Amino acid sequence: MECPVALTSTDVARLADLARIDLTVKELEQFAGELGVVLDAVAQVSAAARPDIVPTSHALNLTNVFRDDVVRPSMPLADVFAMAPAVEQDGDSTWFRVPRILGEAA
Amino acid sequence: MSRDELLEFDEVVAAFDPVIGLEVHVELATLTKMFCACSTRFGAAPNSQVCPVCLGLPGSLPQVNGQAVESSIRIGLALGCSIATWCRFSRKNYFYPDMTKNYQVSQYDEPLCYDGSVEVDVDGELITVPIERAHMEEDAGKSVHVGSLTGRIEGAEYSLMDYNRGGVPLVEIVTKPVLGTGAGAPAVARAYVATLRDIVRALGVSDVRMEQGSLRCDANVSLMAKGTTTLGTRTETKNLNSLKSIEKAVRYEMCRQGAILAAGGRIKQETRHWHEDGSYTAAGRSKEEAEDYRYFPEPDLVPVAPSREWVEALRATIPAPPRERLAALREQWGFAEPEMRDVAAADAVDLVAATIAAGAAPQAARKWWMSELMRRANAAGLGLADLAITPAAVAQVQGLIDEGRLNDKVAREVIDAVLAGEGTPREIVDARGLAVILDTSALQAAVDAQIAGHPDVAERIRAGKTQAVGVLIGAVMKQLGGQADAASVRALILATLEG
Ligand SMILES: [Zn+2]
Repeated sequence: MECPVALTSTDVARLADLARIDLTVKELEQFAGELGVVLDAVAQVSAAARPDIVPTSHALNLTNVFRDDVVRPSMPLADVFAMAPAVEQDGDSTWFRVPRILGEAA
Repeated sequence: MSRDELLEFDEVVAAFDPVIGLEVHVELATLTKMFCACSTRFGAAPNSQVCPVCLGLPGSLPQVNGQAVESSIRIGLALGCSIATWCRFSRKNYFYPDMTKNYQVSQYDEPLCYDGSVEVDVDGELITVPIERAHMEEDAGKSVHVGSLTGRIEGAEYSLMDYNRGGVPLVEIVTKPVLGTGAGAPAVARAYVATLRDIVRALGVSDVRMEQGSLRCDANVSLMAKGTTTLGTRTETKNLNSLKSIEKAVRYEMCRQGAILAAGGRIKQETRHWHEDGSYTAAGRSKEEAEDYRYFPEPDLVPVAPSREWVEALRATIPAPPRERLAALREQWGFAEPEMRDVAAADAVDLVAATIAAGAAPQAARKWWMSELMRRANAAGLGLADLAITPAAVAQVQGLIDEGRLNDKVAREVIDAVLAGEGTPREIVDARGLAVILDTSALQAAVDAQIAGHPDVAERIRAGKTQAVGVLIGAVMKQLGGQADAASVRALILATLEG
């Protein structure tokens, strides 16, 4: 099987940008190496993959696992907002409050 | 306000061939969300319909709503699509506060439904719109932007999130590029979405109300120089909240792009937003490119593999296309083409059908909905279906007229009373004593009194000037407070004078 191309710090910088994570140059190099090891390990699966083995995306060999369309109680509001970093309330209405969306580095 | 240079529409279609593509999101009317048992009820208090699954809390696991899969397959079948024998959900990764998970569960390269087509009637001409795919996904939450003057995201200090809508099942229906529509492109875009809405509504799987967001449309537009076959760079316009705005936005983009291309410029591939107030499009925030979504198969869900038996059983539930149904109903009701077109355009087909089913003659049912009730709906800014009157009540009013118990004028009064919530037409007629006078002796007495009171008029009628009878009819009606049938009064006057 072909070997995956080694991950460069440019690749890691791109992924970090998409994931909105700030990394230093030193960290970019460090993660390029560490993520490369992970990719190599996962690539070993290719050695076992023969044409007669169907690629899989799930551990269970099942299909059509469906739920009935029946409403069950949602979470109590107190539990929902116990997790919220910031909340705004107006009468019976409560929202998650999030920082301004535009204006962050694009 | 728009600052765009615009080329005249006629000049655009003389120099370019427009290519349109439409992406429509339909919110399914299931009771629960796509992957959890939270209610989908509209209008609940913010964040009162959320759980660990739709909030994306660690350790929670999604479960597919079988009803949503069934509704999606039925939509695909109604659009003439093939149904996948095996397909998976995928994660679409992006960072935006409308999704707490930082990914949306959607379908990527394995849509549930693919390769269909829709026949669209554009002013009597049939156009085939090819369907690329219809796939399942989950809706995102809703945000309110605070601190900006306009309520828009630009200039907002912060935003408030309501995740009740997050996880509600959606079907996204994507057309292939539609070529060759020329100057008709804006009308085709509008007619396609109207047809799609009618098809989905007939299936009963969604409210498909654009103003409430249960049907949302994005329009892709590009221009191809005449004589070339290379597709131009396209823009995607969002925020199209009505059929009218779809038509106007496609036209606007054609004129805007035409001006840029005619001046030797290049179109920037971007997302634009329709501004209904000024009728123009404006560039939105720059969006991540498709490959940046890093789709991968959703590892928490097993594949969906609809059996052919299931698909065929669902195919048997698909009603005839609305266009065929309309043609059959037109035939059955004896409506002229323009009459039927007006009824369909007013979304009154089901109302008229129900009124006929409740006993009214087809033309009478049509007239009530398309004139009296239409006028009242327009005055109140409502749709016909939102009026506080049922088809059965309309049929009952017509029945009272047919029985001779109401005349047209009093019937309109009864309609107003029904709309005011005073009861059924029969109850109102009885309570208000509105029925026309059927008692022949009472009618005869009034006729005799008015003939005696207008000897000169009576003489003229006897002499053959029957048009003078109008004076006597008016006098009799006035004496009876309008509660008589004018035709009967006329007949009775003439008979009395001849006798
Ligand atoms: Zn939930």
